[in-house]
Amino acid sequence: MYWNKEAETLKPDELKRLQGKRLRKLVKYVYDRSALYRNKFKEAGIKPADIKEISDITKLPYTTKQDLRDNYPFNMFCVPMEEIVRIHASSGTTGKPTVVGYTRNDIDMWTEAMARTIVAPGGSKKDILHNAYGYGLFTGGLGFHYGGERVGCAVIPVSGGNTKRQLLLLKDFGGTILSCTPSYSIYLAEAAVNEGMDPKEDFKLRVGIFGAEPWSNAMRKRIEDALDIKATDVYGLSEICGPGVAQECEEQAGAHIWSDHFYPEVIDPNTGEQVGEGEQGELVFTTLTKEGIPLIRYRTRDLTVLDHEKCACGRYHPRMLRIRGRSDDMLIIRGVNVFPSQIEHVLMKFSDFAAHYLLVLGKKGPLDTLTVKAEVTPEVISDKVKDMMKLKAALKSELEQALGISIDVELVEPGTIPRSEGKAVRIKDERGDL
Amino acid sequence: MIKQISIFMKNEPGRLLKVTKILADSGIDIRALTVAETADFGILRLIVNEPDKAYRVLKEKEIAVVEHDVLGVEVNDRPGGLARIAEILNNEGINIEYMYAFVTKSHEKAYVVLRLDDLEKGKKILEKKGIRLVTTEELSEI
Repeated sequence: MYWNKEAETLKPDELKRLQGKRLRKLVKYVYDRSALYRNKFKEAGIKPADIKEISDITKLPYTTKQDLRDNYPFNMFCVPMEEIVRIHASSGTTGKPTVVGYTRNDIDMWTEAMARTIVAPGGSKKDILHNAYGYGLFTGGLGFHYGGERVGCAVIPVSGGNTKRQLLLLKDFGGTILSCTPSYSIYLAEAAVNEGMDPKEDFKLRVGIFGAEPWSNAMRKRIEDALDIKATDVYGLSEICGPGVAQECEEQAGAHIWSDHFYPEVIDPNTGEQVGEGEQGELVFTTLTKEGIPLIRYRTRDLTVLDHEKCACGRYHPRMLRIRGRSDDMLIIRGVNVFPSQIEHVLMKFSDFAAHYLLVLGKKGPLDTLTVKAEVTPEVISDKVKDMMKLKAALKSELEQALGISIDVELVEPGTIPRSEGKAVRIKDERGDL
Repeated sequence: MIKQISIFMKNEPGRLLKVTKILADSGIDIRALTVAETADFGILRLIVNEPDKAYRVLKEKEIAVVEHDVLGVEVNDRPGGLARIAEILNNEGINIEYMYAFVTKSHEKAYVVLRLDDLEKGKKILEKKGIRLVTTEELSEI
């Protein structure tokens, strides 16, 4: 299903022409309005006239999160404050928050991208959107809210938290689309069972749009089984606009990047060179149509693979495979790169473990250690130490095989890994000095 | 046969306290217990006067608990009492997964809780050899 059939089914050459046209306009726009970009272009020896088509994009310098921090709060805005109608900011767990200002047109474009995002996995004006993303400075809540309204869904702005109320509303209001983080969807399913509900019978959910944290296909299967829904992956980041940068269609074969607005590239994070088709690298976006704070070749630090093949849904908008994690989520354990998503993938292969886990980084002498705390399900508890040790050994061996390093496994009781109502906290660093 | 309650718990301060407190608050009397511990977790096994109730209250408090059958065997409280039982089982090729003993103040007998790899077979052979097995009801009255 399409929201904007014309834009969503552009052929590759039509897309390239449109992207080229928009890039030319954008480069001139930022050159005229932003001292930062003017200086960056000058350093790179680039003038707006050098950019003729979309492939010229590689001549342009990158923008990073550090640029946003250095220009905190508003110095990268390309319009005066009177043109700005909304400001969002990232949580800023690592330093100052990143601030994004939206003009009226920016909100309109984002809402369009969100409308496509809700319709792509099967949403329509007949749906009731139970929106459990947080409302506030975080973009998740309001992004889905505006997109849902534009599609014509009945939007329930429940926001995050207060799980009991979520369950009550899911049951009584009969939401058909659930939007939240994947970990929270699993928590809702668990909590429903604990409250004596059967999520498959008592809820009317049929589609889930989950994002804001990396999740595996194995986790998808588990969510789909627990809630009896089609679970789809949404991708976005506040710097680019928020959720709705990319979304899976009903094929569930990778999230389509709405590339008439957000031009993606994949680069080698070390060299900055573009990687070949099908190779993994860091995802980079250029916002082709933004006014408030346009970003040119913004390095997301998210690692993915792009697929430009036509999808069975009829769209050519490139698909990003599941992000393997943010490059700053990547753990380096004794010199080996480890992504939490790899660990989740192994854990979800066992039916003996809940979808909740914690990775604890420690030190033994000079060496880093990784302990995976895995929550067992009530069904596997045995009175025999032998059984539990066997389970532990099986998990340890699977994990070590997948990661290529030795790790420790700790089995913990059901319900003891802290649940999150927003982004799940899955890493605890106890190494002290870094 | 008697029912045993087993609790999976993290090996850290306060866990045992929590469980025993729940049982105490529900008026459950512990007859025997044993803990099998590893570096990161322990399994607490309990024989109590009201196993079904104990299971229910622990479950309600989201404690990781399971309930199943074990054999409660009466043993003469004198040298050789336990050896006889071990011998009977050994002769039949039945493995004892674990066991623990308890004595009570009012009896001259001691009791042994046995977890066997083949519970039914063990029960039959012990009864055939004239070993007395205790029931949950009996234990409630001790």
